[in-house]
Amino acid sequence: MTTISTSTSTPKAEPTTTQLMDWYRQMSVIRQFEVKCAQSYQQQKIGGFCHLYVGQEAVAVGSIAATRPQDYVITAYRDHGHAIARGMEMTPLFAELYGKASGCSRGKGGSMHFFDAEKNFFGGHAIVGGHIPLAIGLGWAAKYRKEDRVTLCYFGDGAINQGSFHEALNLAGIHKLPCIFMVENNGYAMGTHLHRSSAVTDLKLRTGDAYGIPGKEVDGMDCIAMYQMMRDGIEYCRSGNGSLFLEVKTYRYRGHSMSDPQKYRTKEEVAKYQDHDPIGRLEKLLREKKLLDDGKVAAMNDEIHAAVEKAHEEADGAAFPTTEDIWKDVYAMPFGPYLAR
Amino acid sequence: MPVLQFREALREAMSEEMRRNPDVFLMGEEVAEYNGAYKVSEGMLKEFGPQRVVDTPISEAGFSGLGIGAAMVGMRPIIEFMTFSFSLVAFDQVVNNAPKMSYMSGGQFKVPVVFRGISGPGQQLAATHSWSVEALYTHVPGLKVVVPTTPAEAKGLLKTAIRDDDPVIFLENESMYGNKGEVPEGDFLLPFGVADVKREGRDCTIVAWGQGCITALAAAEQLEKEHGIRCEVIDPRTLRPLDLPAIVRSVKKTGYCVTVETGYPTCGIGAELAALVHEHCFDDLDNHVVRVASLDVPMPYSKPLLQQVVPSVQRVADAVKKAVYFKG
Ligand SMILES: Cc1ncc(C[n+]2csc(CCOP(=O)(O)OP(=O)(O)O)c2C)c(N)n1
Ligand SMILES: [Mg+2]
Repeated sequence: MTTISTSTSTPKAEPTTTQLMDWYRQMSVIRQFEVKCAQSYQQQKIGGFCHLYVGQEAVAVGSIAATRPQDYVITAYRDHGHAIARGMEMTPLFAELYGKASGCSRGKGGSMHFFDAEKNFFGGHAIVGGHIPLAIGLGWAAKYRKEDRVTLCYFGDGAINQGSFHEALNLAGIHKLPCIFMVENNGYAMGTHLHRSSAVTDLKLRTGDAYGIPGKEVDGMDCIAMYQMMRDGIEYCRSGNGSLFLEVKTYRYRGHSMSDPQKYRTKEEVAKYQDHDPIGRLEKLLREKKLLDDGKVAAMNDEIHAAVEKAHEEADGAAFPTTEDIWKDVYAMPFGPYLAR
Repeated sequence: MPVLQFREALREAMSEEMRRNPDVFLMGEEVAEYNGAYKVSEGMLKEFGPQRVVDTPISEAGFSGLGIGAAMVGMRPIIEFMTFSFSLVAFDQVVNNAPKMSYMSGGQFKVPVVFRGISGPGQQLAATHSWSVEALYTHVPGLKVVVPTTPAEAKGLLKTAIRDDDPVIFLENESMYGNKGEVPEGDFLLPFGVADVKREGRDCTIVAWGQGCITALAAAEQLEKEHGIRCEVIDPRTLRPLDLPAIVRSVKKTGYCVTVETGYPTCGIGAELAALVHEHCFDDLDNHVVRVASLDVPMPYSKPLLQQVVPSVQRVADAVKKAVYFKG
């Protein structure tokens, strides 16, 4: 079995202080964005299903920090954090959530279907496991065209029990596709704990022997560890070694979606993970490095708060799509609603 | 008669059948410990235990196939799809294995499985989560397709479905789970293939089921109140088998027919009904059949768009007016 260069003998990529500050900021933006989403959902500005990323911020931020703009990113429906980490502006995200024409998916997709072609952000997908085969399509195209691109594919611990996951990973194994598959193991698929959904709970074992794709484990509550793992991983894929599978250990603080009484876990359990809060952890480090203090933290949070409020207001004031928009984008080469003209 | 919510009526049907027959079990995502994503199976784990009320991983193809296999050896599985939008992940199992086993084996194996769950557009769930699957499944010989509209029908038809020897697609709707109605106690079964006249009238027949039927009834009420147009609302309750005589009888009386569905117009149930009505009532019709369906686009998320895409009371009322040449 091939190994990837994350052994202690190779030096880990040490992030610069600028990077650390940037990640701290990004994670804080995501958290405040999500808090605002919860509020807007209560006010019924957001409809449908809305899944918040609170607690998992380090996964998207740390991993996407290691990507280059040409790399491809694709994820499931809990997609707000990935979109922000990928550099999507908050205004079109709020606009999407509010169903506005200026939304990142023109108001057609909602919370679960954020897209941004320019940012190589391929969605936001709501059918559990449905997007994993798409990721190998992206990887296939990059390899076929000899393009230097790596595909990052995120999904939940619930998705690894879908046939699509296994079919995709086997294909990725056969064709040595430059794809990094990341299971964001937050312990639960809706109300089902991993112990009840997976016959093997050490998830990194679910690919290596079966599909010839090395599996690694990483602490998803640690932004720096995420980044380092992903730097090495991207390098591994770029060098033509094939795919990589990462079990990312993380936790969601909020309910599965906005309507989840959360009877399947205790408040103590949530509190235990909050003690290892990814933002709090990085903040501690930055305080030790004297890059942050009370005043700076407060100032940054105020500044983010203002940015979130501004984006929300812009989106809130934006126009809804029109009746004509209903018929737009059904086809790339339209011929009318049904009958050929 | 006790008044139950739609979801309680479903639960009563399943529980009664499970008490009656040890071969009946319920399996699906979040049906047991979570008490059902929409609380249909609330309390059933407690009564029947984890052998008979079984949570699954998110593996629709796997557990629907399990249901079919278990049915082949005589069990009577109830497989819950959290929504039928997710049954598409198991499409091969549902449209190939379940309905064709009896035929392909020359009648040696029957498949008495029930697939049940939500179908139809919900509250802004966007394109992938908003399927109305009745046309997809009614298309397939070997499947039976049931769509209850009232709590009593939910109970009576589900009990029949569980006792039926063939695979049954049983379609519910989230917006209807809280609806209340009188539900007969005990062994109350409604036959497949028997339509219900939900409202009598002489001016125009409306054929509608489930969510669409509720919209149609509201439209019928409005039309009578505002314009004196008296619609007859026929609810087929099962789309396969279809009670064609009931529809024909009504159309022969009214001379007009409107169909209502939350699915798509293209190759939809309304298209089939229109063809049948034209075949059987050609000389009695004073206009062509008018179909009301969702607009022919994937479901948009944005609320003002969605409200225009899904059939509304107003759209049904307008369709009836158009059908009967009403000029008001
Ligand atoms: C095919 C399919 N089945 C069921 C669902 C309903 N559903 C949505 S999210 C979810 C749980 C998924 O959990 P996980 O993959 O762990 O992701 P997380 O929510 O923890 O991010 C379920 C069952 C779905 N969207 N698609
Ligand atoms: Mg999970």
